[in-house]
Amino acid sequence: MNIKQSIRYDSERSNEFTKEVMARPGGEMIQACIQCGTCSGVCPMSNYMDRTPRQIIYMAREGFGDEVLRSRTIWMCTSCYACTVECPRGIKITDVMYALKRMAMERGTYPQRFPTSTMARDFFNMVRKNGRINESRLGFLVFLKTNWMRLLTSAGLGLDLIKTGRFSLKQEQIKSKNELNSILSGNGRPE
Amino acid sequence: MQYSYYPGCSLKGSGRAYEESVLAVFDHLGIELKEIDDWNCCGATAYMSVDERRSFALAARNLAISERDMPESPMVVPCSGCYVTLNKTCHVVKDYPAIKDDVTKALDRAGLKWKNQVPVRHPLDVLMQDVGLDRIKEAVVKPLKGLKIAPYYGCQIVRPYAEFDHQIHPTSMDRMFEALGATVVHYPLKTKCCGGSMTGTAPEVGLRLVYLLLKEAAKREADLMATVCPLCQFNLDAFAKEAARAYGPVNMPVIYFTQLLGLAMGLSEEKLGLQRNIISAKNALKGAAAAAAR
Amino acid sequence: MMDRGNGNGRSDLRIGVYVCHCGINIASMVDVKRVAEQAAAMPNVVVARDYKYMCSDPGQEMVQQDIRELNLNRVVVAACTPLLHEPTFRGACERAGLNPFFCHMVNIREHDAWVHEDREKATVKAIDLIRAAVRRVKHHKALERRTVPINPNVLVVGGGIAGIQAALKIASAGRHVYLVERELSIGGHMAKFDKTFPTLDCAACILTPKMSDVKKHPNITLWTYSEVDKVDGYVGNFKATVRRKPRYINEDTCVGCLECIDACVFKEPRFTDEYNEGLSKRKPMHIPFPQAVPQVTAIDPETCLRFKTGKCKSSCVTVCDRNAIDFDQKERIEEINVGAIILSTGFQTFEPKDRLPQYGYGIYDNIYTALEVERLVNSAGPTEGEVVLRDGSKPRAVGIIHCIGSRDTKSNIWCSRVCCMYSLKLAHLLKERTGAEVYNFYIDMRTPGKGYEEFYNKLLEEGVHFIRGKVGAVNDWAITPEEEGRLVIRVEDTLGGFVRRVPVDMVVLSTGLEPHKDAEDVRRKFNISCSPGGFFLERHPKLAPVETASGGIFLAGCCQGPKDIPDTVAQAGAAAAEALALIDKGVVELEPNTAFIDAESCSGCKSCLSLCPYTAISFIEAEKRAEINEALCKGCGTCVAACPSGSIIQNLFEDEEIFSEIAEVLSNG
Ligand SMILES: Cc1cc2nc3c(=O)[nH]c(=O)nc-3n(C[C@H](O)[C@H](O)[C@H](O)COP(=O)(O)OP(=O)(O)OC[C@H]3O[C@@H](n4cnc5c(N)ncnc54)[C@H](O)[C@@H]3O)c2cc1C
Ligand code: SF4
Ligand code: SF4
Repeated sequence: MNIKQSIRYDSERSNEFTKEVMARPGGEMIQACIQCGTCSGVCPMSNYMDRTPRQIIYMAREGFGDEVLRSRTIWMCTSCYACTVECPRGIKITDVMYALKRMAMERGTYPQRFPTSTMARDFFNMVRKNGRINESRLGFLVFLKTNWMRLLTSAGLGLDLIKTGRFSLKQEQIKSKNELNSILSGNGRPE
Repeated sequence: MQYSYYPGCSLKGSGRAYEESVLAVFDHLGIELKEIDDWNCCGATAYMSVDERRSFALAARNLAISERDMPESPMVVPCSGCYVTLNKTCHVVKDYPAIKDDVTKALDRAGLKWKNQVPVRHPLDVLMQDVGLDRIKEAVVKPLKGLKIAPYYGCQIVRPYAEFDHQIHPTSMDRMFEALGATVVHYPLKTKCCGGSMTGTAPEVGLRLVYLLLKEAAKREADLMATVCPLCQFNLDAFAKEAARAYGPVNMPVIYFTQLLGLAMGLSEEKLGLQRNIISAKNALKGAAAAAAR
Repeated sequence: MMDRGNGNGRSDLRIGVYVCHCGINIASMVDVKRVAEQAAAMPNVVVARDYKYMCSDPGQEMVQQDIRELNLNRVVVAACTPLLHEPTFRGACERAGLNPFFCHMVNIREHDAWVHEDREKATVKAIDLIRAAVRRVKHHKALERRTVPINPNVLVVGGGIAGIQAALKIASAGRHVYLVERELSIGGHMAKFDKTFPTLDCAACILTPKMSDVKKHPNITLWTYSEVDKVDGYVGNFKATVRRKPRYINEDTCVGCLECIDACVFKEPRFTDEYNEGLSKRKPMHIPFPQAVPQVTAIDPETCLRFKTGKCKSSCVTVCDRNAIDFDQKERIEEINVGAIILSTGFQTFEPKDRLPQYGYGIYDNIYTALEVERLVNSAGPTEGEVVLRDGSKPRAVGIIHCIGSRDTKSNIWCSRVCCMYSLKLAHLLKERTGAEVYNFYIDMRTPGKGYEEFYNKLLEEGVHFIRGKVGAVNDWAITPEEEGRLVIRVEDTLGGFVRRVPVDMVVLSTGLEPHKDAEDVRRKFNISCSPGGFFLERHPKLAPVETASGGIFLAGCCQGPKDIPDTVAQAGAAAAEALALIDKGVVELEPNTAFIDAESCSGCKSCLSLCPYTAISFIEAEKRAEINEALCKGCGTCVAACPSGSIIQNLFEDEEIFSEIAEVLSNG
């Protein structure tokens, strides 16, 4: 048996991390959490997470940044806002999850082959380029990059969609791409 | 009254039946929906996960165009994902001056102005509040008698911004279906998330959620499920077979609430896009009608 | 009292300035030494000192000594809020022979040190404020307090355990009490319980003797089914109007034999019994519970056939050999004069139905509020203490969910303080009566009280489950076979760090305590204030916990904030003692900061009449001018500011006092 220590040293945490989360929209209130667990109780995904939403809030507040950003939890959040509307302290947990996703991407600590983050980036690029999304193409791209075997199991699905007129690989585009470019250029965060 | 209309990417793709039925129903009720000129993707969950600042600017472009072209008109947004993203943009810009500044500058670069005066509304909200159940009842020519419906609201239509209904226990659709003559079954999962894009990215999770939602509706003896969101409909309809293979047999058609409304108003199945369902609702509808006749 | 002259001539003004450190409360943000030095150089200031605790004995002594030795005739104290220590320093001046109203306080704590972050600016602000006060006191006049006699009777509003306790204490001290209760019986919430934590003694055994003592006591006038409509007057001399609703039974002749209930033409009880939280039925002729005080029945006109149709053979009348039934009974109005009032109106429990639908109350049958379960386990309740569910079955597993409507920004932000303990009590009783598996879902276990932690330990040893986590949802969605047909609680077990689904047959919602719906009306009626959550506000949270800002009005029990029975009883005793202390003095001193009208310049426009919140202003038709009743005026200043002809003057707030203060604070020193 491989015996590992479960102790956390204070050097593993930093107040800077807490401050950074709190500086992002929605993160302001994490220190108000009373650890009641309502968020995890209502979260439809909490049974698939490695850390419950409550634990994420707690660890973010304590400043265990690495562990938080490496957690699968932030990528399992589907932004259903159940936690946000139920939290007795008014903490915008969904927005905290968003903030953590972005922090993970900025630092490159996210699971590289984890489809959720891959999809987010492909989606992002498609919008940047065309102004609109083609779901069929997006699905294709994600499968190819992460789990191409799924294309086979999903072949039936593709056929069904074609039959019902819901499948198209034609890329929808907006007309004023210049307008879009100028909106998306400038002082956003570097990609 | 005229409304501006933001379809979003899904309603032009896999959710075409939603657009078809929304437009047909509104047209039948004499309400004009005018599509926003050259709209772009709202950004959705994914864009927000990568670059929040610009995701708001991206969403705001649509709001600015709507405000410029139809300053008096609320914006109708059928897709729950778009609905929450656009609403969030309005709220965040109000709450965070720095983001407002950012968004204003970005729009400025594109020569757009935005005063944040266009309310973003869901068709369910417009139908319940502005049109009202009385007018809806008047328009019913083929009551949905005998049809048992599980109303499925999903998450983002009621959370976190919508004020027209309860965030955990909404009842708008329930009341609407009862007005159409249908029976609404007790469905405790009415606002449980469908898993969103998990069906694609974490299938073992996404498919299980799909299975649980469908199975519960079947257990409650619903003939079909009604939804308000193209993503929910896609997950529950398109992944039903795969979910059944993975977790057990289940057969539960899922259609849009506007399709049910259209049917009760006597519009044709074709016009409402019912043929686009993978798990067809036609038998369920016929069966219920037959049962009611008996 | 020796008067050292009003010193209005500049040359004979002799001012002392006293700057308090308040420990480090003020000194850490204000350079008190510098402030005192600057003050010493201000016009007419004879002496300026700073001191660590000005309110302490040596501090006060310092002021008194200066008055005597330096012949001061004005005193300026720069310290905390006058709410706290104005009486202290006025008292010091008085003892040294100076009219107390020559003393003026400058608040450099709440208005300065506590609200600023820049020490330099805060120091300058303190100096400015003191300079303004130094200029103001020049205009102060010697004022006299008036005394008026006190009416020795006391009004107690609300007959829960708090009101009962307070009334008995005052009555046994020989004073007369009017106890006004809105419901048919006194007893409040406590009368509904079977057992009380942590000793599990029977609620009825300890409460009912007190209730009948109230009824029997010669010094207590008990008016149930009554409400206070109006209160006029002021400390020592209140006039209250009480509305006594008709119960259609003559209280003086009814002996409580209850035969009329048996005789009622409705053979079976058919109407919702409010007292049993709707868990049983009653007849139109009813009594809330067997030990009710007074032992008098009542007719509910909403359901009584005689009232509804006019046609009923009224067998109740036939059977009553005391002739106590009176269908023509009318509402009665009583007017009483009292010197002190104790409010003990209690609380209501949080209503979860529409406010928190996620817990399924009102959707699923077998979800109960704690108060309903109190009735269910009560041997005098609807099931005689047997725990059977609405569907007739017995629970195999019970989930008790804490903090419903408490500790939540969406409902009530406060901890309701008694729910952890009553949840433990109910857990024990339910386990004892049914043998069910009992789960408590809590956020934090709060058991601060004598014997409370011990009670928690006992419950742990009884094998009750304690799951730390606020429940997310309760519904009938079954995933596993053992969940079928039951209620399922989804929760994060925060100590285990995982999500759990717990199937149960009965759910108890431990609903929190909140102010009555009409607390705001009552507050206005009695002219007191509410805390942010809506409970009545005490004058000081630590040092005057049963007084209110309105003299002569005291608080007892849960109307002031959630508390258990021991604390309620203690507080009721304290309120009684305060009321007695006031009354036994025989007279009240009234502050002289009242307003008066200059008869010459009053134009008779009547603008002020409707503005006065204490109805102290009347109009003398013959002379076409308004007049203020000094005894009623509380010195709020509303009329002073509103008078278009500037004819209303207020002691201590005369124009030249205020204007000189403003002018100086705005000048550059
Ligand atoms: C479910 C539950 C279980 C509890 N169990 C325990 C326990 O085991 N042990 C314990 O120590 N504490 C317990 N408590 C707390 C206990 O109930 C309170 O401490 C106690 O009832 C407070 O008494 P009170 O007189 O202040 O208020 P109340 O009991 O509420 O009495 C107030 C009275 O005033 C009357 N009233 C209200 N408004 C007016 C008005 N405007 N005019 C005239 N009359 C009015 C009401 O009708 C009522 O009779 C429990 C509380 C709850 C909710
Ligand atoms: S619901 Fe809110 S307060 Fe409770 S644990 Fe989650 S974040 Fe903290
Ligand atoms: S928003 Fe995310 S974390 Fe919150 S309940 Fe939904 S899935 Fe869970």
